Amino acid sequence: MPNKRNSLGATIAVAMLAFSLPVMANPDPSDWQSVVAEAEGQTVYWNAWGGDTRTNRYIDWVAEQMQAQYGVDVEHVKLDDTGSAVARVLAEKQAGNHTEGSIDLIWINGENFAAMRESDLLFGPFAESLPHFALTNAADNPEVVTDFTLPTEGYESPWGKAQITFFYDSAQTETPPQNMQALLAWANANPGQFSYPRIPDFTGSTFLKQALIELTDQEEALYQPVSESDFEAVTEPLWAYLDALHPHLWRSGRTFPDSGPNLRTLMSDGELSLAFSFYPTDAAVAVMEYELPESVRSYVLEGGTLGNVHFVAIPYNSPHKAGAMVLANFLLSPEAQAQKQSLAMWGDRSVLDIDQLDAETQTLFEQGDRHPSELPADALSNTLPEPHPSWMTALQNAWLERYGVN
Amino acid sequence: MLRLAPALIIALLVLPVGAGLMMVLLPAFGYLPALGGYGASLAPWQMLFAQPGLGRSVVVSFASGLVSTAVALVIVALFLAASRGTWLDRGIRRLVSPLLAIPHAAIAFGFAFLIAPSGLVARLISPSLTGWESPPDALIINDPWGFSLMAGLVLKEVPFLLLMSLAALPQLAPEKRLLLARSLGYSPTIGWLKTVLPSLYPLIRLPVYAVIAYATSVVDMALILGPKLPPTLSVSILSWFNDPDISHRFMASAAAVLQLGVTVAALLCWWLLEQLIRILTRRWLINGSRQRGEIILRIVGRSALLFSSITALAALVGLGLFSLAGFWRFPEVLPQMLTLDHWQRSGSMLVTPLVNTALIGLVSTALATVLVLATLENEHRQHIQPKRALWLLYLPLLVPQIAFLFGLIVAAESLGIRPQLGLVIAGHLLFVLPYVYLSLAETYRQLDPRWLKVARSLGVSRSSAFWRVRLPLLLAPLLTAFAVGLAVSIGQYLPTQLLGAGRVTTVTTEAVALASGSNRRLIGVWALVQAGLPLIGFMLALGLPRLLGTHRRDLAT
Amino acid sequence: MTASFCAPLRLEQISIALAGRELLAVDATISSGEVLTVMGPSGSGKSTLLAYIAGFLDREFTASGGVWLGERDLLSLPAEQRNIGLLFQDPLLFPHLSVGGNLRFGLPRYLKDKRQQVTQALEQVGLAGFESRDPATLSGGQQSRVALMRLLLSKPRAVLLDEPFSKLDTALRQEMRTLVFSQLREAGLPALLVTHDHEDANAAEGPVIELG
Repeated sequence: MPNKRNSLGATIAVAMLAFSLPVMANPDPSDWQSVVAEAEGQTVYWNAWGGDTRTNRYIDWVAEQMQAQYGVDVEHVKLDDTGSAVARVLAEKQAGNHTEGSIDLIWINGENFAAMRESDLLFGPFAESLPHFALTNAADNPEVVTDFTLPTEGYESPWGKAQITFFYDSAQTETPPQNMQALLAWANANPGQFSYPRIPDFTGSTFLKQALIELTDQEEALYQPVSESDFEAVTEPLWAYLDALHPHLWRSGRTFPDSGPNLRTLMSDGELSLAFSFYPTDAAVAVMEYELPESVRSYVLEGGTLGNVHFVAIPYNSPHKAGAMVLANFLLSPEAQAQKQSLAMWGDRSVLDIDQLDAETQTLFEQGDRHPSELPADALSNTLPEPHPSWMTALQNAWLERYGVN
Repeated sequence: MLRLAPALIIALLVLPVGAGLMMVLLPAFGYLPALGGYGASLAPWQMLFAQPGLGRSVVVSFASGLVSTAVALVIVALFLAASRGTWLDRGIRRLVSPLLAIPHAAIAFGFAFLIAPSGLVARLISPSLTGWESPPDALIINDPWGFSLMAGLVLKEVPFLLLMSLAALPQLAPEKRLLLARSLGYSPTIGWLKTVLPSLYPLIRLPVYAVIAYATSVVDMALILGPKLPPTLSVSILSWFNDPDISHRFMASAAAVLQLGVTVAALLCWWLLEQLIRILTRRWLINGSRQRGEIILRIVGRSALLFSSITALAALVGLGLFSLAGFWRFPEVLPQMLTLDHWQRSGSMLVTPLVNTALIGLVSTALATVLVLATLENEHRQHIQPKRALWLLYLPLLVPQIAFLFGLIVAAESLGIRPQLGLVIAGHLLFVLPYVYLSLAETYRQLDPRWLKVARSLGVSRSSAFWRVRLPLLLAPLLTAFAVGLAVSIGQYLPTQLLGAGRVTTVTTEAVALASGSNRRLIGVWALVQAGLPLIGFMLALGLPRLLGTHRRDLAT
Repeated sequence: MTASFCAPLRLEQISIALAGRELLAVDATISSGEVLTVMGPSGSGKSTLLAYIAGFLDREFTASGGVWLGERDLLSLPAEQRNIGLLFQDPLLFPHLSVGGNLRFGLPRYLKDKRQQVTQALEQVGLAGFESRDPATLSGGQQSRVALMRLLLSKPRAVLLDEPFSKLDTALRQEMRTLVFSQLREAGLPALLVTHDHEDANAAEGPVIELG
């Protein structure tokens, strides 16, 4: 009968439409024009670590530009710890909230990225389709597509580079230590003048990894998942080292500074004379802002220090993916990267391959006179790659067990 | 319509707390379908007790609550006993309200700047008295047993308990009692302690309990001054709730229940202490000793509170100095150079938080005031004497915030209410309401009933009498209560942070976010702004009546 | 019954003023067992006289003149050392103490037979067995009697009465007057009574000063 067939057809059509709707909802990064059009008027909640005012200042500038250039309202949700954002998305997924997530973009890398990939919490792939992504020249710079040994596969987009940089007050100490053993000797000679942030802060955890890379004799194991090696055997020299080091640290190791920026504050108060940071320009900016004395100098350990690229990723349930992608793309623009790198703003290094840019754009990145407290230009070539993310959590737990209660 | 007001208030206060507790209790035993927990289990508790340092966290939370409250109470009692009628008394009374208005986080920051090894006190005495050229490596702030946390708590608790005592004193006729005691030969301090204090204490018992509950579960002060390895229980709970590992969420709920237990245990312990003291002092009250200890008690009484007030003020000065400081090497007492840079740089970033703070504060306090006025007016018309109701009013203050706020979020989410400004305002209302009620109730009730009788006899209706007689007569206390509510809202940290999911930024949330390590100078700027806002509220409260021309001598101030 | 003897209370050229305007001027000597009545309408400052003598005068008043108890210059002593008892309109029994506790409160520290004294005092006013009662459960008259005994137990050297009978109902008033004045006479205490009720003055049977 014609009626039944018609209604059946209609039902099938509606069903197909209903099922295809979720697919239609996600913007397609390869059709950039429509993405930009869709993004206009959206509010993007960017969850990013908010513990450093310079970073916050930069993000404020980005928000201004996004509003002016694309009509996108960017809200910086300040996080203490990226893990809480991961926890929120996971909780939303388990509560069945697949389309109205409260987070649109996360500043992320390392084990948090691995955790989100594992639980299928990310939208993608999108990064390599972003118009500005080509400027990073991924072929020659593999670090922009590798996060702690894991390939990003387009699920996160790079936006800055960090490398552990040490700095010291040259008025207090003349020969800063160049490797871990020298650090132990230095701490012996200068008790209470050095410390590292309390685990599980990411800067503190990176110090553990740095020390481990140098001290262990099974370095290759670090680039494989931790389950594939004898954790005790690999880390034994690290714990022996820390046991020897802690009594000579600030407050005799009974308490640790809260975070990376805290180290700077302590040096400013005269409590520390040696510290380190993820940002090579940190010390210079601090001097410019009256936080540190002008006698401060930066350097990198002679064996090289850990460096990584930090990324932004989009949760699968974000309702503003188009806006998030436009933001991620803007972060990769030469304009944004140059602004970020300038000492007056933040000082975080660019992920773009500057030599490949045209001459006019290159001028944006000119720094002018080098600040005396800044790292010498050639020092950044010695970058060690990050170990497998599973090592981070394992090391953190082990540290908390041994030193978590004093 | 007015008759609904008390029921409304009770609903507003009890329901969220109850719902919050319920939604924390269930996951503590493994039940939270949204996160995959379907059955009752003790796994969260096993996980909790396996955490290293849990015992110490609990002990520090418990002890800091009891000790700080005891110290604060002693300071206040001795002050009142030793300073009646002196210039000190009058001076301190003026200082108390502003000191009370300064939020906990600001005081904590300032205090930290004072006593840190590289702080103001160390700078003042170095190198002249101590020979230090660089700060000593001493674990003063964040000490493992929480002494600096206790000290910080005392600084805030003293003004609060003092204010509560001053509010309760008039109904006791303390002057007459003291007169009598002195005529019987008792020296003033001892006389006050024997004749006024025993009757005063029952009147301030609830505020004391509120202080204990707060101190055992405080988060923002513990983040700034408290121990770190391990932190106090409340701080640990916060980090566990934010952990990406979902199983930690269940453990955090169990810990929240534990926190509730710790608070209840502390209250119980205090109650036992009350009974013990009552038995021990029974003899002392009537043994007739009139002089023994007078001098010591008088000295301590006058100096202790003065010292604590000066410390609080010095903390603010320290914040101010840091906010203007250029480079400031230890052991210089003053910065080598002063600069307005930090203020200028923070200027633009202050705008949104300031607007939010003002909005949330004004709306929640206005709502609270309306509700309180409605309830008080209803009491007056129905001639009700509320006694039991007072405990319900104190409920949000007695149950630790961290214990039920997380549950409240879960409850809100399951009702489909997303984190947003409205939810934050509702959350603030929960905590502002009790304080506005407490500030206003006594004065409201004590308004001479004859004013209204005169008005009614002149043919004015009941609601007209309310608007045209009662309100204008009570303008000053009303504005003060409003200022108190505003101050409470400004100082809130957890409700804004949790109910707004980090999206709603106020001056307090920003300031506390800076706590872990940022530039002291910026902290100085933010903490001063945070401290200054309530003061503006109080100045308005004092100044508006004058401005509106309703300031007449006989009106209550 | 032989009455005890106490030193006389001398009020020497006392003048109390408020904001420059003189409120009252008194010059009198009260001998042992005698009651001086000071009368005047409200606002005439009668209570300030008591406050001055006892040592509690408000800051806003200016006063001059001497107060002597026998050889002792009271003005040089703080209030708690003057040994002057007070009896107010309100009995002001301490609510946190029992009746017995209130009475003990008035006793000196080191005394052998406190319990004995308390029992005797209660018997004297017809309240035997009331030691452990809560003052709030007593009637107005009973409270006044306890207040009187508390005062007497503290062994004062002089007594000031601030309209102590005005809150009692008329029937009780006469009874209390008799009790109070007889006790004072027996103890030989010089007393100063401030009142606006002529009946009080009559019962006091002493000299009367009219103010205002």
